[in-house]
Amino acid sequence: MKYTEEHEWLDEADGIISVGITEHAAKQLGDVVFIELPDVGREITKGEEIVVIESVKAASDILAPLDGEITEVNEALIDNPGLVNEDAEAAWFFRMTTSTPEEIDAMMDEDAYKEFAE
Amino acid sequence: MDDATQIPLPLAELHAELGGKMVPFAGYAMPVQYPAGVMAEHLHVRTRAGLFDVSHMGQVIVAGDGAASALERLMPVNVVGLAEGRQRYGLLTLPDGGVADDLMVANRGDHLLLVVNGAMKHLDMDILRAGLPDHSVELHDDRALLALQGPSAEAALEGLVPGTAAMRFMDVGGFEWQEADLWISRSGYTGEDGFEISVPIEVADAFARALLSHEDVLPIGLGARDSLRLEAGMPLYGQDLTPEISPVEAGLNWAIGKVRRPGGARAGGFTGEDRILHELTEGPERIRVGLRPDGRAPMRMGVMLYETEDAVAPVGTVTSGGFGPSVGAPIAMGYVPAGTQAGVTLYGDVRGRRMPVTVADLPFHQPRYKR
Repeated sequence: MKYTEEHEWLDEADGIISVGITEHAAKQLGDVVFIELPDVGREITKGEEIVVIESVKAASDILAPLDGEITEVNEALIDNPGLVNEDAEAAWFFRMTTSTPEEIDAMMDEDAYKEFAE
Repeated sequence: MDDATQIPLPLAELHAELGGKMVPFAGYAMPVQYPAGVMAEHLHVRTRAGLFDVSHMGQVIVAGDGAASALERLMPVNVVGLAEGRQRYGLLTLPDGGVADDLMVANRGDHLLLVVNGAMKHLDMDILRAGLPDHSVELHDDRALLALQGPSAEAALEGLVPGTAAMRFMDVGGFEWQEADLWISRSGYTGEDGFEISVPIEVADAFARALLSHEDVLPIGLGARDSLRLEAGMPLYGQDLTPEISPVEAGLNWAIGKVRRPGGARAGGFTGEDRILHELTEGPERIRVGLRPDGRAPMRMGVMLYETEDAVAPVGTVTSGGFGPSVGAPIAMGYVPAGTQAGVTLYGDVRGRRMPVTVADLPFHQPRYKR
């Protein structure tokens, strides 16, 4: 598992990367009540807003962690956004492929992220 | 900053102990939520009871001969007819008919007690002092204010302060707890039965802990206070009520006593009467309504409302909105042209997309008061 400074986690397996938000981020957001996911097949650019998360407190975004393409979205989150609060590291938002896999290696590992989030 | 805004909330230590997440509000550090979170806190108030620290609010005593009559010059409210031991909702108005603040006014026998919004209390004091030059007007920063709300509130308070269970909705009275004098009203801002309790600062911490020791009582932050009042259809000053919005537009005609309306024995004679009396007779141009987004996306304050998916000019605005935990869906309130009926579909601009929203009657959650 790798982590971004935007409090996203990335889990790569066979070239497919699952993306979610960290438990730390979920706690900060509070109870999530609405999630808008991108369309499958969408080409995304790093830094672009691709997911909207609304909690009881406010709206926020998830930014694309890498250049690439959305291959799958987690429809279960649309019906039950609270899954993010229950287990943030299991509640993946979307899966993607990327043209710049080497950037993943440069991201924070768990220890580095823990230090960053403190 | 004047003296009042530098006084820390009397329960700051308790909030820290309880894990309250503090945010700046009305010049104070206030708990927005506790570890349970907004959703759980909201639902707990609806099913059991919650304790809110609302000590930022202004507690103002107006005294002197004819104080009720004098206050009627500043409010389109029947203050003279308010019986001793009773409280009612009121509004301070502005010369052009907008709302300066909304408040509670109680008849405490030899004086009137006003409870006003924390962010507005100093402006309110200016209006009251200027408008009541022959009366004493005092802001009581020596007292904390707690709200105990929810179906278990009655039992929790009666256990500490015998006699309070006999109060009816909007009753007020003086009580004692460990020799401290409490000013208690049976009212609140949640749509639940409950009490608002004014307590001397010296005993506020001990009294709050005593209430929290009841198994049904949890501390509740500002976040849930906002979602509870939104479900109950109650306006929030600064969002749903402003200096530009009149009480008639806000749908608060019920708060304007019959005797103060056209044809009443004491009609008019209050600040802003020209516009308010005109709107009472002719109707306002816009009205406050409930809004139910058709989808799951909340529509928050500032979302513009349109008649169609591609209309250029907006017809209204969302003034409060979010998710209603008891409703289980997004809810909002806002202003739309007068005559807009419940059931009509409008379109809210959410992040550049027009999302359908249905005009709905308020409240979203039926209140459960002890009448």
